[in-house]
This record gives sequence, structure tokens and C-alpha cells, in this order.
Amino acid sequence: MKIVYTDVLVIGGGLAGLRVAIGAKRRGHEAIILSLVPPKRSHSAAAQGGMQASLGNVVKGQGDNEDVHFEDTVRGSDWGADQRVVRMFVDTAPKAVRELAAWGVPWSRVARGDRQVIINGQKVTLAERDEAHGLLAQRDFGGTKKWRTCYVSDGTGHAMLFAVSDRAIAESITVHERMEAIALIHDGGRCHGAVVRNLVTGDLSAYVAKATTIATGGAGRVYRVTTNAVICEGIGTAIALETGVARLGNMEAVQFHPTAIFPAGILVTEGCRGDGGLLKDVDGHRFMPDYEPEKKELASRDVVSRRMETHIRKGKGARSRFGEHLWLDITQLGRAHIEKNLREVKEICEAFLGIDPVEQMIAVRPAQHYTMGGIRTDHTGQSPTLKGLFAAGEAACWDLHGFNRLGGNSVAETVVAGMIVGESIADYCDLLENDAAIATGLVREFVAAEQAGLDRMVSGGGSENASTLRGAMQDIMTAKVGIFRTGADLAAAVSELQALLERSRHIGVRGGGPGANPELVTAYRVRKMLKLALCVAHGAAERTESRGAHFREDFPRRDDAQWLKRTLATWKGDDHTLPTLAYEALDVKTMELPPGWRGYGAKDYVEHPDTPARTAEVQTLRERLREAPRFDVQHALMRYEDLLPKSLRGRNERIDEPLS
Amino acid sequence: MTIPIRPIRPIQPIAADAAPRRLRIRVLRFNPQQPAVAAHWQTYELDDAAGMTLFIALGEIREKLDPSLQFDFVCRAGICGSCAMLIDGRPALACRTLTKNLATEFTLAPLPVFELIGDLSVDTGKWMRGMSERLESWVHQQEEAIDLRRLEARMEPELAEKIYELDRCIECGCCVAACGTARMREDFVGAVGLNKIARFRLDPRDSRSDEDFYELIGDDNGVFGCMSLLGCHDFCPKHLPLSSQIAFIRRKMVAIGWK
Repeated sequence: MKIVYTDVLVIGGGLAGLRVAIGAKRRGHEAIILSLVPPKRSHSAAAQGGMQASLGNVVKGQGDNEDVHFEDTVRGSDWGADQRVVRMFVDTAPKAVRELAAWGVPWSRVARGDRQVIINGQKVTLAERDEAHGLLAQRDFGGTKKWRTCYVSDGTGHAMLFAVSDRAIAESITVHERMEAIALIHDGGRCHGAVVRNLVTGDLSAYVAKATTIATGGAGRVYRVTTNAVICEGIGTAIALETGVARLGNMEAVQFHPTAIFPAGILVTEGCRGDGGLLKDVDGHRFMPDYEPEKKELASRDVVSRRMETHIRKGKGARSRFGEHLWLDITQLGRAHIEKNLREVKEICEAFLGIDPVEQMIAVRPAQHYTMGGIRTDHTGQSPTLKGLFAAGEAACWDLHGFNRLGGNSVAETVVAGMIVGESIADYCDLLENDAAIATGLVREFVAAEQAGLDRMVSGGGSENASTLRGAMQDIMTAKVGIFRTGADLAAAVSELQALLERSRHIGVRGGGPGANPELVTAYRVRKMLKLALCVAHGAAERTESRGAHFREDFPRRDDAQWLKRTLATWKGDDHTLPTLAYEALDVKTMELPPGWRGYGAKDYVEHPDTPARTAEVQTLRERLREAPRFDVQHALMRYEDLLPKSLRGRNERIDEPLS
Repeated sequence: MTIPIRPIRPIQPIAADAAPRRLRIRVLRFNPQQPAVAAHWQTYELDDAAGMTLFIALGEIREKLDPSLQFDFVCRAGICGSCAMLIDGRPALACRTLTKNLATEFTLAPLPVFELIGDLSVDTGKWMRGMSERLESWVHQQEEAIDLRRLEARMEPELAEKIYELDRCIECGCCVAACGTARMREDFVGAVGLNKIARFRLDPRDSRSDEDFYELIGDDNGVFGCMSLLGCHDFCPKHLPLSSQIAFIRRKMVAIGWK
């Protein structure tokens, strides 16, 4: 049995995993990254539009700061987020974007003087300040009060991923490519590493580490129609679930992006709308102002996606042989702007739709886009129930996004979480009590169990076809656990998924050849994906309210009295067909921003009993500290600075907020 | 083994009601884990469909016809660089290739130069990491520690755009597969490597001088190995300005070499 020992095992080579490894290594701990693909091919590269960080360099961003970013994020989450984590995030995002600037990301920059932009369908001239010339530029994005999204044309994720990946190479971080963790090794209380399958040879080995980090991104591929890359199957999340000890938070919170090209499901960035693109219907009518007079196309993603589907239901969709869709119109932005700031969008339209978006409208319809839920961790990134297991990025639920993530907050989260979790892992590994101490017998048992499971699929005489089961799962999720949900649909989805899970115990792999065996890969993954799909569907069926991206037609109101709490799912045994759900209440009494109306979307909701008192308390405090600096007001409302690693503390400089 | 090269056909409009073409896809197969089975061409037949890309076609083959067929896709949107292969003998991204632009019968083969993993899957990751380590493809900062709380260093907006233009490389390997020198010199850095040097040379955050770059690419495995056949330029799916960048870097390196 081959065992590889290291201090820190990082599963996933995207932005979050790379940044965690760099952080741990800089503190003197050896890190090995496992990646399904070469790290630069990770799905982080697909983030197009930008990264939110409240720098406030452009005039439309003036006045932006951590406070505004905090409120936007909490409102975006529909109050599902952990507000202390949001504070840690908004405080670190400017530091993260500046670190990336130093590492070589070619961020788009502010040019002094006049420039023409499109706002709300109108040409407007903005005059950028002399003192901002050459600093990072920001564009508009949905759900934000200020222009906050830093960008590199529309290849932001690509540029970030290459800079961070090259930084990891510079710091000699080992990456084992085409390696897949298929089980975590643990003793019920502590995680010791993972059983890993080599995707070239098919061989199993064990990786033993003091700290194991899961940074494997989202699970979009449990849906048929998704913007996610084909590797976003949630396997890292699933192996945490399969421990029976680690818990998944809010798996029913799934984001649908308004503008995936139809029917291929490939993303075109929110930057299209941020830069002035409009949504139009079959009649060429711009319909979003009818539903959302204030934010229009730039309400949060959950709201825009629902409005679009509602409009299609009203018979206003354009028809094609693949079904109905709406139009994204960016023609008014002009060739120069599109070829400079939206060039990936242009290439995608040319390659997959055969159109030039400078001249023609883009066929779009919402598609699954982001997994807000994930492995439940505390603010340091560690699982509260399985010591030594950490998670970061989309795979994690430390809970930055609650029930809806704002555009540009996810790539920002990858690097911010990487910085914070990397430090806390280093702290963890520094402690002598956390040295690896595991009997090889336990390792051997885990490897043997996995090998036996794989062997059964190849030679156990099973008759079920893995691809068929996966296709059925994806259809159920897209049809019944989508943007609009009902109790009846969800109940049907749960029982159908349970039946698929039963059938998946009898998968037979037709070809048993040595090596990669892609059919076997589908087989073992689909069983894990079905468990995740069940966490999503069962959680959604139980949550009898609407919050953020989770919308129940039979319970259309947000219900803070009953549901201001986080769903926690565990999988108690391999013979089970449902997760065990528990709930973790959010404490209104400690919130900096007590629940209220988001500023877009539905206005009525059921109030939490603690909300009036806390709202009054916050108001009184703000009144009393009216003359005080904003930092003092924030400090009085909710403490968070002590939660940040020491190296990441400190105020962020802005043109309008110089540091002394 | 020679691979037949066909001219690229102009786009043929397909009438919506016409019977679909029956595609014959010939795939060059070999699994190094099964060396006893010699490399061979295998033909798969399936119906063409509107908007079908090779991502969709190969997925259908694996799902319905042959679950053992190996290939790599990740983003399926032309941005991650995983799926480069020889399509009728020419390197290209499979996910961005529409079947309607190909003949009824066409061939797929793995990229040359890179280590074969199996069938259409090659190890570009190992090659690219080796190239990055050798050329030190990262910003060599003047200062070790930066104060992250302070305003970022300024850069002219036009310069940032120029750097991004070269930073758009997705390391797919098409330029290396299309390169005459790479077929003869195992250690040639390829257009991908020379473009990296051009990119970091342009970046004021990188403290390296032309003398430093000369140490990295001032030989026949670097810029002087290029024969100017420029297959790299013709087949780059991101349309990077490789011919002008290689010529420019060569001129700069010659200037150092003559000193």
C-alpha cells in the first residue's frame, strides 16, 4: 500500500486550494495539492466578470467601503449569511485584490478624464479623477450599491488563476495532477487524509496529513442545465458527507444565473448587464423595469432569474426548436467596448451561437450556476464536527453567501478564504497536539474498503448503467428542484432520487480494462452525486419558505420566525437513502444588520420575534454614535476583528480614506 | 503513421427539416496501460445535430457506443484549454469545433509531442509545469513583502491591456503540436513559452532584465530554435499575436547576444 505523508493535503487545485496551499507553505508546512486536472484548467478560470473588493477608485464607486460591501452581501444572502464571516470577507477582499495585483494579475485600470458609458439604457459621460489614474478600475454588477467589481476585461478568473497558479509554482508547491480523492480517512472525530485514485493508472493510494482541506468547488453537474464545468460534480463535498460526521450546510441554496446562452448553458457574464446590457422579450420589449423598477436588470441573480422565468410563463419568451428563451441585448455598447471588455462573450457567441453580439441579440435563459451550500465550517474554515478537516471556496459553507451569492463575490471568496483558511491551517499544524498520529491499520482498512467497492462495480454482476442513472438524476433536478419549487414536485424528486440511489447499488461497469476506465469513474461518482442531490431536494422539501434562491411557490414568503436557520445535513450510513437534517439558528440579537427588505424582490416577509428589539437597539446605537467614525459604529454593533488572522488585520487605504 | 489532412470546409447551412448526416468519426486509439493492444483507428458512427460540437459528439460516443474512450473536457466553453486534439490532422479545441464545419467522415487523434495518457488524452499539465519552472513564469518582485493595506501600485491602463493581451494564453498546447521545432527538439520551449517571456518582459512588476531572459531562452531550445514556420500563430485558438511576439523577442535577444 502506497502512503504519502504531508503536513497539509489540499484537495482541489482551483483558486481557493492554491491559495490555501501557498498560505500554509509560507508558514513552513509542506502542502500537496491533488487536482483532477492541471490546476490552470480549474473552473475558477470560468469566472468572467470580476471580483468584488471595495476600493472605490472609479467615480461611480466613490464612497464605497467595507460597510457598503457588507450590507450588499447580507441583503444579497437574504439574511442567510453569517454576518461575522461577511465582515471578515469584506475586510480582506481589498487586501486580496491588492496581493493579486502585486502577483501580476493585469487588472483593468482607471484612465483619467471623460469616458462614455451606458447606464440604464442611456449614454452617460463619466469623468474619472486624476488621483485615480492607473489604479484598479471597477464595473457595475447586480445587487451592489456602488461600482465595486474589479476586472480583467472579461477574463478575470483566468488571469487570477494563472497568477496564483504561477505563484504556487514559484513557491515549489507540489501538485499531483489527475488524482481524485474518493474517501476521507477518519476515526470518527478527526480527519487524517484521503484515499486517492490515480485517474491515469486507476491505482489507489493513501495520503495522510495533519490537516486535510477540501476546495473542490461546486456541484452544478447534479443538474442537467448548468454553467458549471464538467468536473464540477461535488465529489469533495460528497466524500465529506460520506464520513457521516462532517455536515453540509444549506445544500438547498442553489443559484441560477440569469444569462446562460441557450440552449448550451454556457455562461455570459453579469458584466454584460453591469456594462449596460438589457434583457428583452419576444417583442423586443425591455421587461425588467416592469418587475424591478429600482434595480431593473441589476437586481440580485435570484430575483432576475425568477422574473425571467415568470415572463416566459406569461408567454413572452422567444421560441426556438429547443424551447423558449429571452434575449440579452448588448448591441448598444458598441464594437469597441465589446471587443475590449467583453471579448470572451464575443468569442463564445461566435463559436456556439454563430452570431456577432455587436450586431445581434444573445439567446439566454437561466441555468444552474452556483452552490451556496457546502461543507459546514466555522469562521476558520474547520469542520466543527470533524477535526482536521477544512474547506474553502465554493465547496465550503462558512457561510458567506447565505441563500444567494452576489456576482463577483465568489472569485473574491476563493482568494479571501484561501488567505484566511491557509493561516488557520498553519496555526492548527503549529500545535504539537495536532501532529499526525494514525495507525497504518486504519489507513489500510479505508483503502481496502474503497478497493472492494470499486471491484464490486467492475465484477459484481450489477446490471445498472451509471450514465443512465446520472442522466435521470440531472433531469429530475432540473425539472423539479429548479428556480420555482413546490412541495409536490420536491416530494416526487426525493422519492425518484431515492429509487435511483437504490439502483446505483447495482451498477455494473461493462468494460473492466486497466487504467483510467472512464466508465468506472462515472459509476463511483454518480453514487456520491445522488447523495448530494438528495441533500438539495430533501432540504428544499423541508424548507417551507422562500429565501434568496430557494423559492417555494406554495410558501412564497420569507419566514424569519420559522426559518432563520441553517440546514445541516449528515449521511448516517451507507444503507440510508436520505440525509439526516438538523438546524442551526441564526442569532438576530447579535446581527449588525437585522433582517428587513432587501431593496429588490418581494417586500413581504414574516418577521423574527427578536427583530424589532434588535432593530431598535441598532438604531439607538447608530443615533448615539452619529458623530463617531464609521469604524467605531461598526465596532459597537458587532465585533469581528479578533476572528481574523493577525497578518490580515488592519484598515484598507482608499483615495478618500488615506491611512495615517 | 500518417494522418490524413483535409482542407477545412466552409460552413454548410443545414436545413432544419433535412435528414441528419450520418457522421463517421475515426479515432486514433491507444492505451499505454494496455501496451499489448496496438494503436489503431476505430470508427464511430452517429447522427449529426444542429449546434453539435465535438464535446457533445464524444460525450455521446462514450455514453452510447464505447464507455472506454478517453478524452479530456473541462469547461466545454473554449476557455480552459483541456480538449486540444488533432482534428483532421490540425490542432484545435474540440469543444469549440462544430461538426457542421467538418466533412461527414473526419479523424481525431491525440496531440503529438505531449505524453500520451490514452486515446485522445495527453499530459499537457506536466509539460506546461516543466516549461513554467524552466522559464520561471511568474512576476519576480522587487520587494519580498508588500503592505496589503496600502493603495496598489499604479499602471498605465494601456499597458495593463497589452499585458492581458498576452496573458490570455490558456496553455492548451495547440502551438506546440503545430510546431516544427518542437517535433525535433524535445526541450524546445514552444510559442507558449516565448509568449510568457514576452508577457513578463512587458510587466513593470517583474524585475528581470533582458540579460536574465537571455539566460532562459537565448539558445536553440529557446527563441533561436524557432524556424518561423509559424504553425503556432495559425493554430492558436485564442488568436494570440505569436508571430510578432516571437520576432520581437528574437530581436531583443539577438541584441543581448551580440554584446
